[in-house]
Amino acid sequence: MIEVENLRVTFTGRHRVEAVRGVSFTIGEGECVAIVGESGSGKSVTARSLVGLAGPHAHVEAGTFTVDGRDVRGFAARDWRRLRGRFAGLILQDALVSLDPLRTVGAEIGEVLQTHGIGDRRDRPQRIQRLLTDVHVPEPERRVRQYPHQLSGGLRQRALIASAIAGGPRLLIADEPTTALDATVQAQILTLLAERRATGETLLLISHDLAVVSKLADRVLVMKDGRIVESGDTRTILVGAAHPYTKELVEAASGRRRGTTAEPGGVVAEATALRKVYGDRTVVRDFDLTIRRGEIVGLVGESGSGKTTVAQLLFGLTEPTSGRVRFEGADFSGVPERARRPIRRRLQLIAQDPLSAFDPRWTVRRIVGEALPRGGNPEPVLERVGLGADVLDRYPRQLSGGQRQRVAVARAIAPRPSLIICDEPVSALDVSVQAQVLDLLAQIREDDGTALLFISHDLGVIRDLADRVLVMHDGRVVEQGPVKAVFDHAGHEYTRALLDAVPTLEVSR
Amino acid sequence: MSLALPRPATRRLSLRIPRPGLALAGIVLGLAAAAVLWPSAFAGDPLAADPLRVLEGPSAAHWFGTDQLGRDVLDRVVHGARHSLSIGVAATLIAVGAGLLLGLLAGLTHRFADEALSRTFDALSAFPLVLLALLFIAIAGTGTTSLIVAIGIATTPHYARVVRAQTLVVRRAPYVTHAVAFGASRTRLVLRHVLPNVLGPIPVLAMIGLGEAILIAAGLSFLGLGPQPPSPEWGAMLSEGRGYLHIAWWASVLPGCAVTATVISLTVIGRHLQNRFEGRIQ
Amino acid sequence: MITAIARRVASGAIVLWAAATAAYLALLAAPGDIVDAIIGDGADTPQIRSQIIAEWNLDRPAIVQYLDYLLRAAQGDLGRSYLLQRPVRDVIGEQILPTLKLAVAAAVFGVVLALILAVTTRHRWVRRVSSTAELIIVSTPPFLIGIVLLSVFSFRFGLFPVSGDRGWAGLVLPAITLGLPIAGVLAQVLRDGLDRALDEPFAVTARARGLRERAVLVRHALRHALMPAVTLLGWLSGVLIGGVVIIEQVFGRPGLGQVTLQAVGNGDMPVVLAVVVFAAAAFVLINTAADLAYLLIDPRLRRS
Repeated sequence: MIEVENLRVTFTGRHRVEAVRGVSFTIGEGECVAIVGESGSGKSVTARSLVGLAGPHAHVEAGTFTVDGRDVRGFAARDWRRLRGRFAGLILQDALVSLDPLRTVGAEIGEVLQTHGIGDRRDRPQRIQRLLTDVHVPEPERRVRQYPHQLSGGLRQRALIASAIAGGPRLLIADEPTTALDATVQAQILTLLAERRATGETLLLISHDLAVVSKLADRVLVMKDGRIVESGDTRTILVGAAHPYTKELVEAASGRRRGTTAEPGGVVAEATALRKVYGDRTVVRDFDLTIRRGEIVGLVGESGSGKTTVAQLLFGLTEPTSGRVRFEGADFSGVPERARRPIRRRLQLIAQDPLSAFDPRWTVRRIVGEALPRGGNPEPVLERVGLGADVLDRYPRQLSGGQRQRVAVARAIAPRPSLIICDEPVSALDVSVQAQVLDLLAQIREDDGTALLFISHDLGVIRDLADRVLVMHDGRVVEQGPVKAVFDHAGHEYTRALLDAVPTLEVSR
Repeated sequence: MSLALPRPATRRLSLRIPRPGLALAGIVLGLAAAAVLWPSAFAGDPLAADPLRVLEGPSAAHWFGTDQLGRDVLDRVVHGARHSLSIGVAATLIAVGAGLLLGLLAGLTHRFADEALSRTFDALSAFPLVLLALLFIAIAGTGTTSLIVAIGIATTPHYARVVRAQTLVVRRAPYVTHAVAFGASRTRLVLRHVLPNVLGPIPVLAMIGLGEAILIAAGLSFLGLGPQPPSPEWGAMLSEGRGYLHIAWWASVLPGCAVTATVISLTVIGRHLQNRFEGRIQ
Repeated sequence: MITAIARRVASGAIVLWAAATAAYLALLAAPGDIVDAIIGDGADTPQIRSQIIAEWNLDRPAIVQYLDYLLRAAQGDLGRSYLLQRPVRDVIGEQILPTLKLAVAAAVFGVVLALILAVTTRHRWVRRVSSTAELIIVSTPPFLIGIVLLSVFSFRFGLFPVSGDRGWAGLVLPAITLGLPIAGVLAQVLRDGLDRALDEPFAVTARARGLRERAVLVRHALRHALMPAVTLLGWLSGVLIGGVVIIEQVFGRPGLGQVTLQAVGNGDMPVVLAVVVFAAAAFVLINTAADLAYLLIDPRLRRS
């Protein structure tokens, strides 16, 4: 169905970028192929090239490039247009921005039918509703008139899929189709994609997450720096990866427990009966937590569960409506900021996006220096997080994502805090870098006895790092206990749903 | 139009300027600066009339021709730079100073003061600048000082809004939250994080704003509300030469071109710096 | 949505009140006696003085003067010009039509030209030429544009009348002069908005459906590009109001601009104040329209 040999895509804008450097693969009718790689690996560009959408300044060349039996080298714009939507449908990451936010769902789906002259004006409304029914959108007659922002993340993504399959394409290209979604919704969308495949559609999946695609794909192509470093049956790749990069990915996806043997020490922070109300909405209720020295406590929940508010309450950024926070034996809530200041340095924060967490006008030297006692040397701290003196005089912008998060860790550990609140510290990172940062955090706990409150939507990360876990849902803790107990014998149905939804590598080794 | 702000403050257009254009703009600004500083080094007496050479077209002796009194138009344009540009610079200084003060006040104080101040900025900054300036001139009378203050007051809300918005962004930025984690006091936060990040873009904004101030000044003195004849102010020259448009286009069009060239150069270089600046910091 | 409109109307009323109050304060701040300020360069007799004192309640407490002034302004009574010996309302009413004609013609010309420029000049060279032209137009004093147009089309070719308000032919050059800078700014903003919108994921999705580039542009990107342009409506009203003062002077057209200019020159404060309040009203009206336009364009803003 698709045959590509030695595909090269070069962007000739202000800077010349070789995004894809000689990639060869085939996709057969009815197959499900996955391209896995990190950001900048060229996986999306490769996929988009298949429908002629590599980008405005892209220069595409290939030894062989046939789509549906036709040589597409030298295709004119209108030849490509005939392929798009009709032969191949494209599903992008987040439907909130991938569907036109100013148009109704019905108009977006109808546009495909209209462009390719499918049906006539009268029967199109029915066709649109049938498409929505096919992707299991309830009450399709109501949904067609709604705008993307009025739908939940899952429904939106389904609507996007409906618009991609509206032209009856034989090939579906899904570029990170579940990345922006919560775990439970992610599982549902994967099921839907599996269903499409069962109806005979060929599937090309693009993902950074090996675990997500492993359930669906027959074959996996692993891309790095514009090249395919390894390819083969999903099973073979998972069990017998040869390339070190693939091994890294497999390990990151299957998880590695970073436990400790040390016993927790005295109480560091304590929250009792926390409650936070905004207007008429209660975001957090009945929240109790005790964190001891040397402990890593995981806090899990989906977006809107109240976990970020908990972080703000513990950190003293907002005052609880009722309940109280104590830190190192002193009151931390209900007191003026002046009273908190002397012990502020003992409580640190690592945020999801390190770039916005640094003053853009400051160099690394000054950023880390701020956290040290006056005149302290930042180099030893940077060395602990695996960074050399060469980054000292760089601005945050000039660092890679992984380096930035290391600087954030260095700044957090520099004042020797007793507790670090980590709010989704690895969610924005590529999987291989994720593993390194998690190793680093585990090491710091081991060496310094620092307690960590680790907030994440990602159960896999929590399982690998935390000792205890609290599961939050709708502002309250629905389950808590030692990680192993919660993961093996979840009591609450919400926890079970979360656990079921986690994509794991299921391979009999 | 250019009597109001050609470009609303909050939007930043991505304009890519080719190198030769930048160089040209730099040369124009250099010439303008030289004309402001040492006009007599480049040009003769702007008031020397020659009744025998009235309204003569551009020639080797008079590159820009002569006006209705036989004065050399080029000499007047060169000397006019000092008048026109200093009005713009003085007005911009007033506006930036007042705007900074009011903007920081609105951005750093609590809700009520902020609400009152920012509503006022919003209303004023969209309200026709010319009318504000006219209202001021109607009260204070015509003249150079009154023109400067009028333009300064009329353009203040523009800077105040930018400063306020920037202050709010910085105040809520995660890096300020992190500074709290090191026990920084409020004063320290403002001095070390908020102020530098708010001040950073101001010089460039002021540069682009200067072009706008020059345009407004030229417009108002065209209407006869600025420096009075025979002083060689660009807008006033245009107004004087207008009566002879049908026989001597150069007497009014060429001083106008001086305004245009200066404003374009300021805009081009200002936007270029803006792009560079954003590239480095954000 | 109803609360949004109500809030809008309320804030419009506040702007109007603020403008009226500012104008009143300006009158108080004027050098000399308030009666002197109102007379301006007009005839100064004891009889007129007492008439002014009676009209402005100057013999009563300050708060009464102010409240009475507000009340009269709210009823549309903008006072009396002692220089022209007529009610200000009549002066404005008489001159509004030519100004309105000019403003509407210029706005329509500017917006249409901007749309055409932004949508049609997408390709490299045309785009660069068009952007440069816009930059030059925006940086040129409007009266210079007017003067150049006059010298070319009226003096050289005699296509249009040199001055006055004689039929449609007399409207063409002034409207172009006032509309060109509007087109310049709007085209820049629209083009920028189109660029951004065409980079968004939904544009990729639309292309992946097999849409022509032109259809992606018109059906999807244009509405997104209109959003920032609508923000400029308030600015546009300022440009029009401020612009007519100069354009009418350049082309010798009758209208509110000329009235204002004369009033400023003669120190005829009642007329100046009335024009300020009147302009504020126009500003509020246009901004309210802009807010409604937002709701029409972007469904995301409709939820209250």
